[in-house]
Amino acid sequence: MSIAVTGINKRFGDFVALSDVDLEVPTGRLTALLGPSGGGKSTLLRIIAGLEFPDTGTVEIEGVHATWLPPQKRSVGFVFQHYAAFKHLSVYRNVAFGLEIRKKPKAEIRKRVMELLELVHLEQFADRLPSQLSGGQRQRMALARALAVQPEVLLLDEPFGALDAQVRKELRDWLRNLHDEMHVTTIFVTHDQEEALEVSDEIVVINGGKIEQTGSPDDLYDKPANDFVMKFLGPVTTLDGRLVRPHDIEVLRAAESDAVGATVTKLTRVGFEVRAELRTAGGRSGEVSEPWVQLTRSQAEALALEPGREVWLRTSSAPQTLAVS
Amino acid sequence: MTTTRTPAPPRRRPRPVSSGRLTSASGLGLGVGVLWLSLIVLLPIASIVVVAFQSGFGEFWDSITHPGALAAIRLSVGAALLVTVINAVMGTLVAWVLVRDSFWGKRIVEVIIDIPFALPTIVAGLVLISLYGPQSPFGINLVGTRTGIFVALLFVTLPFVVRSVQPVLIEMERDVEEAAASLGASGFTIFRRIVLPTLAPAILAGSALAFARALGEFGSVILISANLAGKTEVSSAYILKLIEQNDTTGAAAVATILLLVAVIVLVLLDSLQRLAARRD
Repeated sequence: MSIAVTGINKRFGDFVALSDVDLEVPTGRLTALLGPSGGGKSTLLRIIAGLEFPDTGTVEIEGVHATWLPPQKRSVGFVFQHYAAFKHLSVYRNVAFGLEIRKKPKAEIRKRVMELLELVHLEQFADRLPSQLSGGQRQRMALARALAVQPEVLLLDEPFGALDAQVRKELRDWLRNLHDEMHVTTIFVTHDQEEALEVSDEIVVINGGKIEQTGSPDDLYDKPANDFVMKFLGPVTTLDGRLVRPHDIEVLRAAESDAVGATVTKLTRVGFEVRAELRTAGGRSGEVSEPWVQLTRSQAEALALEPGREVWLRTSSAPQTLAVS
Repeated sequence: MTTTRTPAPPRRRPRPVSSGRLTSASGLGLGVGVLWLSLIVLLPIASIVVVAFQSGFGEFWDSITHPGALAAIRLSVGAALLVTVINAVMGTLVAWVLVRDSFWGKRIVEVIIDIPFALPTIVAGLVLISLYGPQSPFGINLVGTRTGIFVALLFVTLPFVVRSVQPVLIEMERDVEEAAASLGASGFTIFRRIVLPTLAPAILAGSALAFARALGEFGSVILISANLAGKTEVSSAYILKLIEQNDTTGAAAVATILLLVAVIVLVLLDSLQRLAARRD
């Protein structure tokens, strides 16, 4: 295990940020800490980095007991949401900072910095100041700066949170590729489930200072441990008293034994998908529910859906549902 | 024929207004501003210089090379420089404590810092003389000493650096220091290589104001210095003495030298500040 966190408790005044958290992060993996803001994920990351200290509990990094080590001694690279660029230093000097502090020879620093700048596609910006870079470029510079000292662990706190959607998407793919090349143990914090599902090897869902579930993206999406995880990882709706993903509901033109009758109340087209809102007549549970269903355009056309039309709904094969709690 | 305009070469710091023409409103604003500045600042300064040279350069030279004048100028400039350096350090320290530490009575200290601004300087002089005068409760008598002048100048110039550094410190993002720490920088290295360069423009700006104030200070110094000619007579007191002796030209000549020193120091600090603020 690269990072082992055991029994961490952390309070800020009356606010309980983390309560009895245990977490193990395997070496060389890309792990996402996913959860709503204020849930404790950033605090956990900062405790691993040594920027915050736990009230109780221990942190081990690569077998070294690190709970009370200052950040300087942890061999941890940290990337901040708002870049934390050294504004008065050029891009080159920013990246070189950690190496200069370690008093490496000039030639070695130059070689390493240029390698890293190439890796993050900033080699032509070496002499610029951070204020002359775009947000995405600044964050890539921050990443190169963190990687320069060859940390054993790379920690990213909402690294794409301050960027616009397009750049976010690009950087996300790029981070994944970078990780596949470098294999440095990486943990990143995000509140964006899509980001976590797309990029990470493993997701840790944190809410209210507790870990709700840990597992691979597929595991979490397909087998959520509870309705919080199910709701947080993707869209949900209720059908016949159960939580179900809207794309796991099958719409039929004719009655089937396991289907529930429903009336289409509204159709909305969002790009390539069609969202149908329906009202059930009351299924086996006798309850009226108002689910919505996600369909492709051709599905909706084949079914000739329109408001007022009677259809039958059932959950498609092997769906993930949870009883509504 | 259409003429194509070639775009101007990109400047390092592009300004939002690229056209060389002023709108009528901004033209009026500029006019009023320049007129005001001329009446309030430039005209009096020019008249001082004119008066200083009204009896010719020889007279001017004699006035400023008079031993009393030289001593007074040397004292004022030297004291102002020393006080500025001390308050640049101490002011930064006080600002740091006020922004970064929380302690009981912080709000009170915040108010106390500004007292030297608010207090009439002669009152400051009275306070100092009752504290460090012949009736000093501590038995420290600084009347007629240069130390007394330093203390008075330190008192009146303290707020300048504190108040200019404070907002920059508040704005400074903590994550920058955290980033440096996680890269292995010690507390001292972080301060020297990250914090200080960020604060430098503000420290310099505050120092420039403190120096200007110290150079011309009169009220707070006049009582404690006792105006011993050649020893504790600051320039402003020396100028007053000349005026009382009806030597207006001599007074204007010394004033011109003070003006020159002030301009040199301000320009120097301003260019340092620009250098330090290059990153924006």
